[in-house]
Amino acid sequence: MTEDNSTLSPNIPKRPRTIDVVRKNINKRNAAERRFQLYGKVAIALAISFVFILFFDIINKGKGAFVQSYIALDIYLDEQQIDPDGTRDPAVIADANYFGIIRSNLREMFPEVSSRQERRNLYSLVSSGASYQLADLVREHPEYIGNTFRLWVPADDDIDMLIKGYIDRNIPEDDRRIKDNQIAWIDKLNEEGRVKTQFNTTFFTAGDSRDAELAGILGALSGSFFTLIVTLLLSFPIGVAAAIYLEEFAPQNRLTDIIEVNINNLAAVPSIVFGLLGLAVFINFFALPRSAPLVGGLVLTLMTLPTIIISSRAALKSVPPAIREAAIGLGASKMQMVFNHVLPLALPGMLTGTIIGMAQALGETAPLLMIGMVAFIVDVPSSFTDPSTVLPVQIFLWADSPERAFVEKTSGAIMVLLAFLITMNAVAVFIRKKLERRW
Amino acid sequence: MNKLITSMAATALLTAATVGQAASRDYVSIVGSSTVYPFATVVAERFGKSTSFKTPKIESTGSGGGLKLFCAGVGVEHPDITNASRRIKQTELDQCVENGVKEIIEVKVGYDGIAFANSKKSAQLEVELKDIFLALAKEVPDPKGGEKLVANPYTTWNEVNPNLPNTKIEVLGPPPTSGTRDAFVELGMEGGCNQIDWIKALAKDKHRTVCHSIREDGAYVEAGENDNLIVQKLEANPNAYGIFGYSFLDQNSDKVHGAKVGGVEPEFDAIANGEYPVSRSLYFYIKKAHVGTIPGIQEYAKEFVSENASGEEGYLSDRGLIPAPSEEHQSYQKAVNGLEPMPSKI
Repeated sequence: MTEDNSTLSPNIPKRPRTIDVVRKNINKRNAAERRFQLYGKVAIALAISFVFILFFDIINKGKGAFVQSYIALDIYLDEQQIDPDGTRDPAVIADANYFGIIRSNLREMFPEVSSRQERRNLYSLVSSGASYQLADLVREHPEYIGNTFRLWVPADDDIDMLIKGYIDRNIPEDDRRIKDNQIAWIDKLNEEGRVKTQFNTTFFTAGDSRDAELAGILGALSGSFFTLIVTLLLSFPIGVAAAIYLEEFAPQNRLTDIIEVNINNLAAVPSIVFGLLGLAVFINFFALPRSAPLVGGLVLTLMTLPTIIISSRAALKSVPPAIREAAIGLGASKMQMVFNHVLPLALPGMLTGTIIGMAQALGETAPLLMIGMVAFIVDVPSSFTDPSTVLPVQIFLWADSPERAFVEKTSGAIMVLLAFLITMNAVAVFIRKKLERRW
Repeated sequence: MNKLITSMAATALLTAATVGQAASRDYVSIVGSSTVYPFATVVAERFGKSTSFKTPKIESTGSGGGLKLFCAGVGVEHPDITNASRRIKQTELDQCVENGVKEIIEVKVGYDGIAFANSKKSAQLEVELKDIFLALAKEVPDPKGGEKLVANPYTTWNEVNPNLPNTKIEVLGPPPTSGTRDAFVELGMEGGCNQIDWIKALAKDKHRTVCHSIREDGAYVEAGENDNLIVQKLEANPNAYGIFGYSFLDQNSDKVHGAKVGGVEPEFDAIANGEYPVSRSLYFYIKKAHVGTIPGIQEYAKEFVSENASGEEGYLSDRGLIPAPSEEHQSYQKAVNGLEPMPSKI
């Protein structure tokens, strides 16, 4: 057909047929597409493998934090030593020398130990928390006085590392923190069935401690809880109200444009800046207490507000104008239209934005540094003004501790934090899927 | 809508209620050095468990940051005690007095050695302070001779001193905000610097710039305040050296070893008796005006200086604190018991 054309009208320049052009470089274009797909796949594979490596590393290091080694002591509570007059007065019982009881118990188990240095090594088999544990037990159960019973006390963090197999027994004695005689004692105790590892409840029920075997995340968890409550109570209503006003009521003029641009800018401001602001305003000017979840919550409110306002406005925008027009058309006032018709439809989107903002706030450390929440706090906070830290700060503090056993505690705390973040994001996805309406 | 208003009202109430509470404080608030932090926290925890007082709150702000907060004034919103890995400076003391913090009790708790360590996979280094200075200073005397300073030309250790190994100079250390860095510069760098006579004879200002400037061409890597990170990096890179406190060397003795400085190993006894050249004192400072107002300050300080804690066989020595000689220790015990303030001029 082409040939016909060319013979019939030789003056018309020969134009290549489209199909020829298509066929000519089809291989090249297909190859380009395949290459592009390959780049995409490689990118995804890399991203997944990084996440996988991260999770594998954290779980591998952190799984040990959830178990703890315990050593059994057969304690005889001599009435003469604890409560000589038999009064069972809690003050008298609390004053007894439990430290000494634990130590003499260890000496009795290994009577061959004589030198001062050896004794120190022996005492450091069990945690320094053992005597407090014994004291608490006797206070609660005075009937144990005068009896012998078996008490499982946590092993010292170095011994715990040995039992869990993190310490290489083959390297020279001088190069390890665990001495040969300590290994021999632990092996002997193990043969006697006096060593066990079990789920570490302390990790979830105690505050921070400088002894890794006594350290827990409850203090940081309740700090995070109080901080996020303040953040949620403040940022959700303020954010939603601001979004509703800007989206539904505010006139479109220069001023609202400026406000809008600034809200978008604020969302990208580094969080440490909010910390500095919090220090200047809440602590120095309003004289609120340092290290308190109240101030932390206020600072994080400043940080999450832009996120919530932006997502709430997007949710309001996605409600079709027909709904508004129908409501107005039926005689609803503007406020009735917004609160009875638009808001309920936009709420799932707003909640999703809020949860994501909260998850962001949960993982934040930098702004809290400035307001004194990066601190060593043992007592579990019980109010909005008690000094406290939050989970990511606890991770930061443990990562900086010299004792080896805190490595696994750090990863363990990261696992808990990740679990919370994943749960919160899953709830956000669930709300979006379940409640969001498509128009 | 109603819910919204109630939750806002609840928050307002809550804020109002807590502002009232801020007027008093029933726990000791401590700030300061990240080097003293691991020791102070142990004391605080034991103190909280064994007494009826609340456990003190300890923030790790660095020595300088701590003193700044400490000297900001008297009142519950200001800290009661600050830890320092160096002595308070006259300027800081003046600042304190200016802000009404007139009586300060100085307590030395012990010593800390600064280790210059590398991985156990490579050989232990034996250096002199002068080698450290030549390897790390920004400007060094011209290797060709003469009293002239040139930008540090050394890239390997054996260029500095033929007895040292032929490896690249790569040192991981803390950033300038750290007290460890201050002490390393003052004791290590300056000590080495003063072994070169003509530099020692320089005018004070010039001497300071020469001795205190660390090279910025990549041989000295600022590895952040996290000493654990430095230990991990040394393990990964056997040719690198790291600068950190003795307690980290002690805890990681299976992974890293400290260089002999001036022929002395960084060991407990050598640091305690001052033979090891790079060791410094650790202090804490008590605000006398707060004693009696905030419960537990003096009791906490007593616990810290007790024989059981910072004494020779105390539990802090297990954590890597080098105790002060017993005479010195007793003098600080006396200062705490009698609440004897330090002089306002040092």
